[in-house]
Amino acid sequence: MSDVVERTLSALPALLGPQHPAAGPGRLPATSRLGSLIRSITALTSKHEEEKLIQQEIASLKAMVSAPTTTLRLMKECMVRLIYCEMLGYESSFGYIHAIKLAQQGNLLEKRVGTLGYDLQSTNLVEVCMALTVVSQIFPREMIPAVLPLIEDKLQHSKEIIRRKAVQALYKFYLIAPNQVQHIHDKFRKALCDRDVGVMAASLHIYLEMIKENSSGYKDLTESFVMILKQVVGGKLPIDFNYHSVPAPWLQIQLLRILGLLGKDDPRTSELMYDVLDESLRRAEINHNITYAILFECVQTIYTIHPKSELLEKAAKCIGKFVLSPKINLKYLGLKALTCVIQQDPNLALQHQMTIIECLDHPDPIIKKETLEILYRITNGQNVTVIVQKMYAPDNGWFIQTMNAVFSVGGDALHPDIPNNFLRLLAEGFDDRKEDEQLRTYAVRSYLTLLEEENTFYPQKFLQVMIWVLGEYSSLATDVDPEIILTRLHSLLKKTFVTSDTKAWIMAAVTKIASRTSCSKTIDKLIKEFSSSLDTCMRQHAFELKHLCEDKVLMKNLLPFDASCNDVVVDASLSFLDGFVVEGLSHGAAPYKPHHQRQEEKLSQEKALNFEPYGLSFASSVSSSGITGRQSPTGLSFGSDTSGNSAETGHKETNTLKLEGIRKLWGKEGYLPKKESKAGKPDEPQAASCGNLLAGRVTDPSASQSDQVSSFSEEEKEKQQLASTLFVGLGSNAGVSLMGKMDVATQKFKRKSKINETQNSEEASDIQNSDASTFGPLLDTVPVNKEDCEGNKHTRLRKPSLCSSDTVEDNLAFETPQSLKKPGLNDRLSDSRLSPLSLFADSNIEIFQPSSSALCESANKTSSVPSLPKELEELPHSEVVELCQSDALALYLCKVWKDDSLLLALFASNKKGSALNAVNLVFEKAEHFQILESPAHQFSVIEAQSVEHCQKYVWMDKICTQGILPGSISYQSEMESCLEFSVTLSLLDFIRPMEMTTEDFGKLWLSLSNDVKQNIKMLPSQDSLSAALSTLQQKLKLHIVDIIGNEGILACQLLPSVPCLLHCRTYSGMLALWFRSPCSALPDGLLYQCQKVMEES
Amino acid sequence: IRFILIQNRAGKTRLAKWYMQFDDDEKQKLIEEVHAVVTVRDAKHTNFVEFRNFKIIYRRYAGLYFCICVDVTDNNLAYLEAIHNFVEVLNEYFHNVCELDLVFNFYKVYTVVDEMFLAGEIRETSQTKVLKQLLMLQSLE
Repeated sequence: MSDVVERTLSALPALLGPQHPAAGPGRLPATSRLGSLIRSITALTSKHEEEKLIQQEIASLKAMVSAPTTTLRLMKECMVRLIYCEMLGYESSFGYIHAIKLAQQGNLLEKRVGTLGYDLQSTNLVEVCMALTVVSQIFPREMIPAVLPLIEDKLQHSKEIIRRKAVQALYKFYLIAPNQVQHIHDKFRKALCDRDVGVMAASLHIYLEMIKENSSGYKDLTESFVMILKQVVGGKLPIDFNYHSVPAPWLQIQLLRILGLLGKDDPRTSELMYDVLDESLRRAEINHNITYAILFECVQTIYTIHPKSELLEKAAKCIGKFVLSPKINLKYLGLKALTCVIQQDPNLALQHQMTIIECLDHPDPIIKKETLEILYRITNGQNVTVIVQKMYAPDNGWFIQTMNAVFSVGGDALHPDIPNNFLRLLAEGFDDRKEDEQLRTYAVRSYLTLLEEENTFYPQKFLQVMIWVLGEYSSLATDVDPEIILTRLHSLLKKTFVTSDTKAWIMAAVTKIASRTSCSKTIDKLIKEFSSSLDTCMRQHAFELKHLCEDKVLMKNLLPFDASCNDVVVDASLSFLDGFVVEGLSHGAAPYKPHHQRQEEKLSQEKALNFEPYGLSFASSVSSSGITGRQSPTGLSFGSDTSGNSAETGHKETNTLKLEGIRKLWGKEGYLPKKESKAGKPDEPQAASCGNLLAGRVTDPSASQSDQVSSFSEEEKEKQQLASTLFVGLGSNAGVSLMGKMDVATQKFKRKSKINETQNSEEASDIQNSDASTFGPLLDTVPVNKEDCEGNKHTRLRKPSLCSSDTVEDNLAFETPQSLKKPGLNDRLSDSRLSPLSLFADSNIEIFQPSSSALCESANKTSSVPSLPKELEELPHSEVVELCQSDALALYLCKVWKDDSLLLALFASNKKGSALNAVNLVFEKAEHFQILESPAHQFSVIEAQSVEHCQKYVWMDKICTQGILPGSISYQSEMESCLEFSVTLSLLDFIRPMEMTTEDFGKLWLSLSNDVKQNIKMLPSQDSLSAALSTLQQKLKLHIVDIIGNEGILACQLLPSVPCLLHCRTYSGMLALWFRSPCSALPDGLLYQCQKVMEES
Repeated sequence: IRFILIQNRAGKTRLAKWYMQFDDDEKQKLIEEVHAVVTVRDAKHTNFVEFRNFKIIYRRYAGLYFCICVDVTDNNLAYLEAIHNFVEVLNEYFHNVCELDLVFNFYKVYTVVDEMFLAGEIRETSQTKVLKQLLMLQSLE
């Protein structure tokens, strides 16, 4: 309905100024009622007054239009005033019906707002024009079919303006209901070829929409569009269409957009338009907004279609013009263009890095936002930290929720700085006190809702954050009863997934809340419950809480509200203990030596401590940063110190490295004042030089900038640094010059091959890669061997061949396979024995081989010596030893060191002349070992003078250096007899070499947390590292991964797949051993074995 | 084009042309919002501002803000110049246009808009043609 009213507008001129038809558009006559209405409204000062006036006006109008005496003339005027009220946003629907009545009264002017159909069929040009204009307005979908044929007719109208409006009306229909105009597509083509430019231009709107939908259907029109554009650009259009002497700029833009859509991902179609695009770029040279509009569209098209290097170059130059323009609009569009093309051409961002940096702090938010958008698009693994620092949170809710998501997803793998900084931010707040409280209250509420959900698992770090916030700020949520919070915390304490670490956080939070509440049942209950806890820590906390609760005043002083940021004065020198120390000294106690001093004394024979991070020595393959994370072995205490979060320490180091060139705000000591950090930071010049490198490498504009580097002010330098950190890793050759630096910084786990790959790829894949490489090691290092084992378990051995001629030898000395000590012989033997086995192929592991003399000795014996079946014979194995024997039966054992398990081959030999029945072999359950499959085996019958054979696969369940696997064998001869025996198994039986690359070693090393260090003396016989290592290799079956200088790294695994890594370093006759393994007992066990073999050899 | 708005600095609407379906409340809200985002901007700022899912291209002539709301993918400068083209036509038509011309002859301004923009697109950019058409319409009245 309001449409109708709006249409009535067209009728207005005649109503208002019929007396002065020739006066042209002018001021209204002062006498006009509308004029006075408008005047009085403009004179008003408040909205309220306006409302009052209009209500009055409407009331009087209502009366007037309903009155039958109102003349037509008066009615017209009323209508105008009504329309004006309507436009001001007041309800005047009562007038609609009168408007229609008026419209039906039949003279030419009123009829314009009458029925459309009638108008459309009119022969009057103006009427048709008006009708078409109305149709092109918001038009009800249901009415389209009714008027469509009429409009189609108008496409053939002789007047171009009618054809044109008809096309535009059809365009409107297309937008509303594309299906209904489908059948007239060929008419659009006709319109495109219309001899009038206006009609053609109007048809472009439709084509743009249709091509957006489906570009493939209109490829054949490309040439036409190109032709049209060529003519437009060439100035073939009538001069009427020039705008500031640019020929039909909007038409050009429209055509460029269409071409862009058509040429996208289509080399052949793109080929057609290269020329005209080039010409467009060339022609648009006048310094006027409209030419820039064309240029901008041109650039977009060039980057959208199949690329042509020549054009791209020109387009890039053009973007440069935009970016460097002093006009803010053009600069903005330049940035916008950069955002679009940055993924295709990261070098462009490098060229304009200084502009981008400047725009980061631009007062216009839209420019700032666009700049952030650019940064977002160039984000890669190397600069993500710096870029994210430039972003900001829109509001509190968003911030807390995002952090919640980060904590739940990141979980305990999060860098510890993240929760710490988050809490610090909450605690320190901003300048605005009110804002701080809002943020904190929001956090408290958010966490309370999260904790309300029963049985939801949250990562420990997230829990700790929530608990801390609740403890610190729960009182801000005044409507929440502290008792509820305490109950929540209490129930958390009882959850099994909560670690003792987190429990300590909970107790601290409870204590804080307790200091602010008078008395609480939950606290009493909690104290009672945990005062008798088995966990000493919890008991301690409970007692503390209990005592504090008894003295509320002390408690309040001790735990002031929101004081987490206040400085606590700590007497770090512990001067209050001086008296105690003096007393101790006077009683003859030794003066205290700090830890490091003791260390130094212990290592005093060493001339110089090597504090070089150990990874540097193989910098070529393993990035050093990973290992720098840990201190050098000599810097740490001897013996085993397990550190739960050592893997995190590794991460931490790399992160700090990543921030090179960024002002360091937080140090170990807390906030570093600006000046200090500038003065004393060794890595700043590096970062600056890194910036120069970048700047020097890119082309002209910024190269000249870098020449002036020396004369730059401090601020400029800072910007340069920022630039170098932001644009790190962009461009094809960007990475190379900086590789050493950046790579260390972020991609410590990256494989060599990946480095090249990621430097060239776009950031999306880059991030993926770095993600993958970060999480990679976890997956890599826990190879799942179970399936393999199962596969092997089922391979049954064929019956052992009978070798009765051979003799048993029962020399106990052979039980441990160390009888052969000559390395030469060893090598030879292992060569001949081990060749078919991959695992042992290149590691000279000592394998037992009965010496010829032993064989001769044992030849005297009478009973048969069992020998291994052929397929086992080829595997490394021990000597066959006797476990037990009686008159009737002897039991022999041979250990076979298979790749995936220890195989015990047991031979039951019947010494009697008659068969033995029901021979039962049973292993007892042993603490340290696990027998795969069943621990028992039954030989139903063993023929006279023959040997039967069975195999058992064993794993070590609990680590020990040596353990006993007891068992018994029972048989039936004249009477039932039973023999007991025991098998001695050493840790070494379960150790296998683990092959890996140096890189994998580096990764794995960082992911392992249990370490043991020990220095052992080297014997003069093997004072070289390689000699010592080969001893370890032979005796302990370790795999030598790499030897560099005086350092070596070795790897082995405990079956089935527990890795243990060893780092060795020699210095002045000492061998520093450093083990790491996911299993805490394994390094100790191996260390013991190492010491043993090193002493023996 | 989603809509065209002409407002003065105080936020009084001098012209509103909608090319999208909104109900009246929504229109009123849009008008207020546009006024809020546009008037706070400095002369040194760009002539573009993001607005909901669209962007507004605006240009200030004396005390009047001419705002065109377009899709984000549209060419900013093209519409900025379209505004200028429109103002040039108004200037020609009203012989040195001022705010009062738009107040008292709002119906004529609508006619100009309809001549130059149609169905949410730029229709006619040739100033001579627009003026010719306008004079022709005027002669009928």
